Amino acid sequence: MSSVAVIDYGMGNLHSIAKALQHAAPEVDVQIVSDADVILQADRVVFPGVGAIRDCMQALDQSGLSAVIKSVAKAKPLLGICLGMQALLTDSEENSNTEGLGIVSGHVVRFSDALMDGHGNNLKIPHMGWNQVHQRPHPLWNKIPQDSRFYFVHSYYAVPDDISVVAATTEYPDAFACALAQDNIFAVQFHPEKSQAVGLQLLNNFLHWDGQV
Amino acid sequence: MSLAKRIIPCLDVDNGRVVKGVKFVDIRDAGDPVEVARRYDREGADEITFLDITATHDNRDTIVHVVEQVASEVFIPLTVGGGIRTLDDIRRMLNAGADKVGINSAAVSNPEFVREASQRFGSQCIVVAMDAKKVSQPGETDRWEIFTHGGRKATGIEAIGWAKKMVDYGAGEILLTSMDRDGTREGFDLPLTRAISEAVTVPVIASGGVGNLDHLADGVIEGKADAVLAASIFHFAEYTIQQAKEHMAARGIEMRL
Repeated sequence: MSSVAVIDYGMGNLHSIAKALQHAAPEVDVQIVSDADVILQADRVVFPGVGAIRDCMQALDQSGLSAVIKSVAKAKPLLGICLGMQALLTDSEENSNTEGLGIVSGHVVRFSDALMDGHGNNLKIPHMGWNQVHQRPHPLWNKIPQDSRFYFVHSYYAVPDDISVVAATTEYPDAFACALAQDNIFAVQFHPEKSQAVGLQLLNNFLHWDGQV
Repeated sequence: MSLAKRIIPCLDVDNGRVVKGVKFVDIRDAGDPVEVARRYDREGADEITFLDITATHDNRDTIVHVVEQVASEVFIPLTVGGGIRTLDDIRRMLNAGADKVGINSAAVSNPEFVREASQRFGSQCIVVAMDAKKVSQPGETDRWEIFTHGGRKATGIEAIGWAKKMVDYGAGEILLTSMDRDGTREGFDLPLTRAISEAVTVPVIASGGVGNLDHLADGVIEGKADAVLAASIFHFAEYTIQQAKEHMAARGIEMRL
């Protein structure tokens, strides 16, 4: 039986993601863990997160899990979700500049308040709801139709230095990177655990991914 | 193509049972919120909201069990409102599998609670529910105020200013219910919806008064709502959520079909 560790560092509710992983692949052993050894022994690791990035980074540093995630990032399939994606970058504008894990080179920036939608209305922030994801070829998009809608809720987004790591884009109203792929790492800004059938498919793909592109 | 507008069916739950009457032909137990939620998920609901109207504190655990059950098989965002008064109430709901909580009268009696809640759990899961009623007379400039206790208790708080204040305090979304329209099936209060939606930076969910599918589309097109919430038109199976989405799409609204 393969195993997946959902990293628990005290940020937000991990039951949804654990339940979705279990539903997506009933044969996989899903564990919600904060123990470094268990995380390092798991076949795959999910790094979720909601809330503010400074709290997230503090929790990771205090628990010693920053080092664990950096180690996992070199070794096995890792899926970052939402804040768990943003934390992989070099730094974020949020909380007047917060240093990230620096696993993926780049920055996290906020949507501009001055943005307008196609009808001349102010664009709402957070970007909340179901938006289309334009995929670039990657095994994690297997069996997911191009331009499927996933559920988003966020006010910040990643801008990687190397655009070749962009695995998908979404428009709000300008295109931004909603998924990143770097070697054995895949990260998404949207919530696959809340994106119904396509989200479960992506989780299933991750749980069968060998980390190769 | 861009962000889709959302349709959110709302289930009023009393002691663990859906009330307001639900008539589904192919559902074994129409009062079981888990079965109803499952059905809405299949029909393409973008989110589901549970409003717990259980009167007695002792029976409040039932909604926690409902959320737990739904969250283990329905993988779309779930919101729970009704009786959320403490950080501990929020934690229990989030741990049960809710993604957001709706805070209503507790925000009125203690606005700081909204700030504490958003700082502790993140704005993304804090929905401030506001019940507004028109208080201006015909001929006067429109004015709406916040009411509590199902519209019976006036607070004197002006609605647009209140919505802005709640966003400043950390609300990630506003659930706006017109108490003049709620239950009337005459459609949303569109001027109210538009005034609030244009005044705040966060998404606004329109609620109260939906009687047909055009009302839903009007809420988005004229009311500028980011999402529309309805209960009875879906409960009585007059329309499926799929039909509602197709109707809204036909009126030029971006939907997840």
